[in-house]
Amino acid sequence: MAQNPFPLGKDELLKAYRTMRTIREFEERLHVDFAKGDIPGFVHLYAGEEACATGIMMHLNDNDRIASTHRGHGHCIAKGVDVHAMMAEIYGRSTGACRGKGGSMHIADLSKGMMGANGILGAGAPLICGAALAAKVRGDRGVGITFVGDGASNQGTFLESLNLAAVWNLPVVFVVENNGYAESTAMEWAVSCDSYVDRATGFGMPGVTVDGTDFFAVYEAAGEIIRRARDGGGPALLECNMVRFYGHFEGDAQTYRAKGELEAIRASRDCLTILSERVIEAGVIGRDELQAIDREVNGLIEDAVRAAKAAPLPVAEDLLRDVYVAY
Amino acid sequence: MSRKISMKQAINEALDLEMRRDPTVIVMGEDIVGGTGAKGEDDAWGGVLGVTKGLYAKHGDRLMDTPLSESAYIGAAIGAAACGLRPVAELMFLDFMGVCFDQIFNQAAKFRYMFGGKAETPVVIRGMVGAGFRAAAQHSQMLTPLFTHIPGLKVVCPSNAYDAKGLLIQSIRDNDPVIFCEHKNLYGLECEVPAESYAIPFGEANVLRDGDDVTIVSYGLTVHRAMEAATALAKDGTEAEVIDLRTLSPIDWDTIVESVERTGRLVVVDEAHPRCNLATDIAAFVGQNAFGALKAGIQMVTAPHTPVPFAPSLEDLYVPSADSIASAVKRTLSPKGASPRIAA
Repeated sequence: MAQNPFPLGKDELLKAYRTMRTIREFEERLHVDFAKGDIPGFVHLYAGEEACATGIMMHLNDNDRIASTHRGHGHCIAKGVDVHAMMAEIYGRSTGACRGKGGSMHIADLSKGMMGANGILGAGAPLICGAALAAKVRGDRGVGITFVGDGASNQGTFLESLNLAAVWNLPVVFVVENNGYAESTAMEWAVSCDSYVDRATGFGMPGVTVDGTDFFAVYEAAGEIIRRARDGGGPALLECNMVRFYGHFEGDAQTYRAKGELEAIRASRDCLTILSERVIEAGVIGRDELQAIDREVNGLIEDAVRAAKAAPLPVAEDLLRDVYVAY
Repeated sequence: MSRKISMKQAINEALDLEMRRDPTVIVMGEDIVGGTGAKGEDDAWGGVLGVTKGLYAKHGDRLMDTPLSESAYIGAAIGAAACGLRPVAELMFLDFMGVCFDQIFNQAAKFRYMFGGKAETPVVIRGMVGAGFRAAAQHSQMLTPLFTHIPGLKVVCPSNAYDAKGLLIQSIRDNDPVIFCEHKNLYGLECEVPAESYAIPFGEANVLRDGDDVTIVSYGLTVHRAMEAATALAKDGTEAEVIDLRTLSPIDWDTIVESVERTGRLVVVDEAHPRCNLATDIAAFVGQNAFGALKAGIQMVTAPHTPVPFAPSLEDLYVPSADSIASAVKRTLSPKGASPRIAA
């Protein structure tokens, strides 16, 4: 076996691959099952963006908090939320992560530090400032990570939170997942600055832009600013340039995209392919090892779907339950 | 030990006692320390009207000035609550909820239900409500109905210093998000308040005056107007029962219904605008649950369907007065105002 040129050991690399593959398989399966009409409501898929969630979350533990977006499945999986509980939630079952009362856009697991996917764009940023404040008050070295898309990066909540985190010197990392589109509207048109680094500078914090399809680029940049935040160095912004393999939501015909755009990004900017080829080429991990993970993950997702479909639905008394702790 | 203090002092005392008792209680808001980063005194203001004055000296950094940035810091208070702290965030004038309401009604209020009962968000958002301060349309509203409409929020509005202290202590200890509404024109009003700590449970109205002829229900400042009206009416031999709701969500339906079943007449007084407010809510509830007891149509006394005017001559007309409440009571007593009694 060749010498490992990467910043992670083989086990960690396998873990990263497994996480990214799990997200991809989860989303691909939802894509298929949603089209069949098996899933209520609507779903926003993270396929194509896996390197970002995974490269960041590899640096976190359960004590660290994240606030996610409407496109939250990848963040959940990378933060360690149980895949069976997630699938059951998306199917609206009582065994779901939120007992079927949240759905795709509200999956949360506070025990894992996952403070919720969020249907309100930009709303996670103030919340994560609070999570980081709690960590700071307790002195437990926890950090908070909030994700926004390029679209929600224009929300006042996000911009106010950049300022608050800087003023209070909070251990927060603001991650802009720039997939080029706010639903159907181009980032180039809707975002007034050329670079998110400029925006970070304007709020008195460091900003870094990385290729979000390169797991190692995300991992290394995130590692540095998360460490800095953990050590009391204050907030930072990380922009990950990445690609969305599916529409804004399932059922989106994506006619706003250029001709051939989807085929091109799938062919040249698939973060899973990029990671696989790097580790195989370096001789650190064998193709057969990755294929073994693929098979395991496939079985896991298959089992999660089977279990979700067989799980009980919430019943009438659940309608009125859990509005308050006590009322 | 009991002594006379103002509602402002009572709120300060409740914050002080809870911060002493529980290290997870933190207090934040614009100017609540009042002077952070400036060259003068550290806590020059202690809140825009001095409600939190002196707490910084006792509790230091657990009191935090914020940038003028309501969405960010109200959201941060909510996020910190979901992570184990008990933040008390001052929204100064609750009219400002317009710029941060998403964090309150889409985030804090929904976490518990939306996350399947697995979240607790023990945050208190406190601030000033109400007219009569010559503060005009954007600093004077009684927006309580907007809060009571939202499942997941608790809404409190004390009418005096004693209740303010006990209800704020309860609010801080409560495990749900609480909107604590302080009528700015009651801040200076004094009453007997014990020096020690005590909590007043939510959902328990206070019957301030017994009477068998008519029930008057209100909260906040207009409780005092209702009491004035009741005193005046007593001179003519009409005995009004006056109920101070104290908490609007949860609300003490039992006390209201029991009283109306005895008096047969109901006047509801609400400083909020007339549509979809506490008055309409209570009138509808009584109409549905105690219709058979009613000897007359229910009367509602509210602010008009207008923004709060600035000119003192107009603002004085805006807030329900003791006279308008007494007139409403008389309407329930007159044959013209009476509706035929229908057996339940």
